[in-house]
Amino acid sequence: MTAKLIGAAAVVVLLSASAYGAFFVAPNELTMGIVQRIFYLHAPCGMTALVAFLVCFVGNLAYLFKREAKWDWLGVAGAEVGLAFCTVVLITGPIWAKPAWGVYWAWDARLTSTLVLWLLYLSYLILRTMVDDPDRRALISSFYGVFIFLDVPLVYGSIWWWRTQHPQPVVFTSGGMDPVMRKIFNLSWLSLTALMILLIRQRYELEEVRAAAQALAQEAEAA
Amino acid sequence: MKNLGSVMTAYMIGWGVFFLYFVSVARRTAELRKDVERLKVTLTRGK
Repeated sequence: MTAKLIGAAAVVVLLSASAYGAFFVAPNELTMGIVQRIFYLHAPCGMTALVAFLVCFVGNLAYLFKREAKWDWLGVAGAEVGLAFCTVVLITGPIWAKPAWGVYWAWDARLTSTLVLWLLYLSYLILRTMVDDPDRRALISSFYGVFIFLDVPLVYGSIWWWRTQHPQPVVFTSGGMDPVMRKIFNLSWLSLTALMILLIRQRYELEEVRAAAQALAQEAEAA
Repeated sequence: MKNLGSVMTAYMIGWGVFFLYFVSVARRTAELRKDVERLKVTLTRGK
């Protein structure tokens, strides 16, 4: 319990530091001005969402090979946390786009594939609610989870493969970003990754307790 | 300071989503823990 509290406190400190950096330390971007500061939340959230979906994929794939419940728990934890991060991306993007592009939304490859990704993982979670038997639910959702992960490389590569309204990446390119901006971006990414780990652990624990409750309920019924 | 409102809105909504999700998972876990305790008591009484 103490370790959990320390972990949660560390995440809060990191998030506060990155917010302070984004609001008070980062220089104003020349063309967009102050609204560009949404970048320090929007872009790391997008990258963290893809990592969470990768965690889901690993859990799903491992379940298909090993048929151990813990991998299914990891899969659902990754999917749900990734969906939370993807939701933030889809909300903060249009808030930034309106002053920057003049429109809230453009049906380009990056935005559309991200919306499709959000819908796919939402359907993954809905699918899980429709199957009662835990083993059957884990098997069906693992197959589906492995299949829908195909959209993740599509989202990532869309800005290189197609001409999009969405800007080209500046994160993994040298000289694409002011050094102070890069430091604050890295801090934001670190803090959001720490938040993702915290949330996945907490969501995994929920599945663990749910499995214990189901086992006890079956025992009580049989008695 | 043009568009400061948009920046504040984006951060408030972003953190709000994470906070609500955190609380939702914590509540669901707490409810299930209560169920586990209740079932343990039921099974112990039955024996």
